[in-house]
Order: sequence, then C-alpha cells, then structure tokens
Amino acid sequence: MSNLQFDDASLRFAGGARPAVNRVTCQINSGEIVVILGPSGCGKTTLLKMVNRLYEPTGGSIFLDGVNIRNRSATKLRQQIGYVIQQSGLFPHMTVADNVAVVPRLLGWPKPQIQARTDELLELVKLSPGEFRDRYPAQLSGGQQQRVGIARALAGNPAIMLMDEPFGAIDAITRTALQDEILRLQGQLKKTILFVSHDVEEALRLADRILIMRLGEIVQFDTPFNLLTKPADEFVHTLLGADDMVRQLGLLRVGCAMMALPPNYSNGHNPTLSHLDSLRDALSLILKTGAPALTVLEEGNPVGLLTLDHIRESAVNGR
Amino acid sequence: MNYLLSNPGDVLTLLLQHLRMTGISLGIAIALSVPLALLVSRLRWLAVPVLGGLGVLYTIPSLALIIFLVPLFGLNATSVIVAMVLYTQVILVRNLTVGLAGISPAVLEAARGMGMSVSQRWWRVQVPLVLPVFLAGVRIAAIVAIAIATIGAKFNAGGLGKLLFDGIQTNRYDKIVAGAIAVAALALVINGLLLALEHYAQPQRRLKRD
Repeated sequence: MSNLQFDDASLRFAGGARPAVNRVTCQINSGEIVVILGPSGCGKTTLLKMVNRLYEPTGGSIFLDGVNIRNRSATKLRQQIGYVIQQSGLFPHMTVADNVAVVPRLLGWPKPQIQARTDELLELVKLSPGEFRDRYPAQLSGGQQQRVGIARALAGNPAIMLMDEPFGAIDAITRTALQDEILRLQGQLKKTILFVSHDVEEALRLADRILIMRLGEIVQFDTPFNLLTKPADEFVHTLLGADDMVRQLGLLRVGCAMMALPPNYSNGHNPTLSHLDSLRDALSLILKTGAPALTVLEEGNPVGLLTLDHIRESAVNGR
Repeated sequence: MNYLLSNPGDVLTLLLQHLRMTGISLGIAIALSVPLALLVSRLRWLAVPVLGGLGVLYTIPSLALIIFLVPLFGLNATSVIVAMVLYTQVILVRNLTVGLAGISPAVLEAARGMGMSVSQRWWRVQVPLVLPVFLAGVRIAAIVAIAIATIGAKFNAGGLGKLLFDGIQTNRYDKIVAGAIAVAALALVINGLLLALEHYAQPQRRLKRD
C-alpha cells in the first residue's frame, strides 16, 4: 500500500524557456492506476521521473507515504519503486533470470529466495521459467522483452510502479494483450501504478484516473467517464476524441451509465449483461434483441437496469 | 625450419624476450588507456584533440618513432616499449570510448532507475558490456605490438627480430625463415587466444550464434 503526493512540484531545466513541469499538485491513491496523458513535450515523462528522483524538482515537494522523497537515499528509494521503460532497457549481457534478479540482488536477498522469486515472476507474466530463464534478451520478441521488463520491475515487490510508455514501441495486437496483462496483474497485486502514455485508447482502457497534462501543467485529473462526459476544456475534448460516439461507448462501462434497480423490480425477461461490459456491447445487445431494457448483473446478481435512453444520455453528455 | 629445430634454446630465449616486451608494453598501454578513455567519455570535447593526437602519432613510421625516442630512453628495450605504448594508445582509447558510447541509454537509465549505485552500474553493467569491444582493441594492439617488437632487435632490444636482422646481415636464409615463421606463429597464437577471450566475454553473442 502506497500513496503518492505531489505538492506544488515544478522542474525547470537549465536554459528551458518554460518549466517542464509547472506547479503540479495532486494525490495518487494507494492501489490505483493513474495514466499521465498528453502530447509529447507536455512534461509527463519528466513528472514520472521526478518520483524516483531521476530528476529532482526545482520547486515544491513529492511525498511517498507521507515522507518527502528528498529525505531518502536515491538508490534505496529506487529499489523500492518498480520502473518499466519504453525500450525495455533489459541488460543484454544478462539472462532473463539475471535481469529479473537485479533488484533482489541489490536488496541482498538470499540466493534460494531470489531463484524462487524469479521463477514465480516469470510464471506471473506467462513466460515459462524452464523455457525462458536462461535466454538472453536478444532471443526474445519485443512483447516478451517487455514482459520480462515488467517481471523485473515487480521483483523487489514494490508497492508503487512507474511505467514510462512501456508499450509505445510494440505492435497493436501485442500491445492490447499486454494491456490486458496489466489489468489482470493489477487485479491480483493492487499496486499503485503511474503510467505515462500518449495513446488515448490505452489511457481509457487502463486508467482508474487519467491525469491530462499540457505545457507542464495539469489540465484535468479525473476518471475516464468524467473526462469524456465533462471535459474541462476544448483541449481535453479534442485530445480524447470525444466526438467519436461509438468509440466512446466502447470505452465506457455499463456500470457507469445504468440506473439502480427500482424497488418494484421483478426479474422479467430482460437480456442480461455484466456491469463490466462496455456500453457498446449493451447497445449491440439492445439492437439485436429489441428488448426495451437490459438487466445488469454483478457477480450473477442483478444490480441495475440499462435502457437505450441511458446509453443516449451518456453519449449526449459526452458531446 | 631447420634452424628452429636445431636451435630451440636460442629461439625460445628470443621468443621470451619478444613476449616480455609485448607484455610489458601492453600492460602499461592498458593501464594508461583506461583513465584516458574515461576522461574522454566524461569530457566530450576532449575526444577530438586526444583521439586526433593519438591518430597522428600512429601515422609516424615505427622506425622513425623509435629513433626519435633513443636519445630520451637509450639504445635498449625501453625506447621500443615506449614506442609500442604510444602506438597502441590510439587503438585502445578509441575502442574503449566507442564501446562506452555504444551502451544503450535505455540500459543505463534502467540501471539507474532500479537503484544501482555509480559503482554497481560500472561493474555490473558498463564493464561487462564494454569488455568485448575493449578486448577486440587489446587484440589488435597486441598484434601491432608484436610487429613493432620485431623491429626492436635493431635497437638492441632482442626478440625474434634478431633472427631476421642477423640473417639478413650474414646471408643466413635459414635464420630469416625461422624468424619469419616464429613471429607469424606468435602473432597467430596470441590473436587466437585473445579472440577466444573476447568470445568468452560476451555470452549473449555466443548463444545467438549457436
């Protein structure tokens, strides 16, 4: 469990015309995935690297679990923060197992524990240890390399993970698979994840909340649903492509738009779907069955109703 | 060939002199090139003057360079060894700087971001990655050194070159052939040994070829 707090954090590079990060104040809660989204040069990577002190703020402070990170040794701090970067940054002269074992070794774990941990993590990212343990990074595909990168970042069991456009250089199909993997892992591990991306779809898929930046400043920091339905300004609206209704519906979950079950609800003959399904799935189901309303299930129990009007309402609000 | 077989003791003495000169000069050259290359890697603007200067030095014919050094170090092995050190610098420093610059920035950033200290980054990441490139430089430098050491016989430094120069002066073709074979064999063996070491230093490349 780990929360992160930016308090008026700024960074101005020597000779920079404007601050790369300008007076950022926000709170990242324990166990949430926050995607930092924005065009290139907006300061998103800079903000991320301030958390593990690869960059030091020139103003303001950053607190990890209430402790100013400046008061901690940079190397000790970094060993407790998982770090995944775009080009995977795997050490080419080390085997997969040795790459994963880097932080446990820095932390001085006993050998048997490191070995067990390495195999456990390779299993976790779906790389069979027997097959992959002794390979070198050059013998892996891009997607496999990034899986190792994720396993390596998780090795020291950090409570917080920083991911700097980890899937930016990976083909679309593999990228989607890896995003699913992140969501699956997060379901198991409940890390606090700060994830930099310039890909709107990726941000909407992964994020509990999205932090939108422009010119070093926070423009809006909210849930995907609120960003789509109540964008702070034209920039956010355009960035998220809020005009593409069908796409938008594909990204919104049924749970966000449904109404609570009326008191007189009796289990009629409504088609059912899960609260995790997208509104696009719901629309498709309504068109297919011609039913006036859908019953929304959570773990098999009805929790709400959804009609075409609810879907239309979400779309209208988005515009 | 006959000379080699009938005078193994003499040839061995000369071979050991040759190896000694080459070994000492390589040792000094490596010890000198590492701090120099680190300095050049840290202070980029030094790259052009340092590598340029060493490159100019490399173009001076070895005979001329040794003659130039004789007044300073005397007519003995020292002059030859100094010349060998000067010659091999450009190879060693260039390979080391190029090797260090060739390490992917993403790898270095990952090392830093994962919490390695400066010395851990050096010993666990930079050294193993630069070692194969550096060893390739050492191999070339060793061959250059063996060649220059041959000329050393002219300057009273001994070594296998003595067979060649004696042979020329006394019209003993058997000696010339013996000397040529011995020097060539030495160069080939040293090259092979260092190549094997280079190969051993990069497990990732070794596996890829298999």
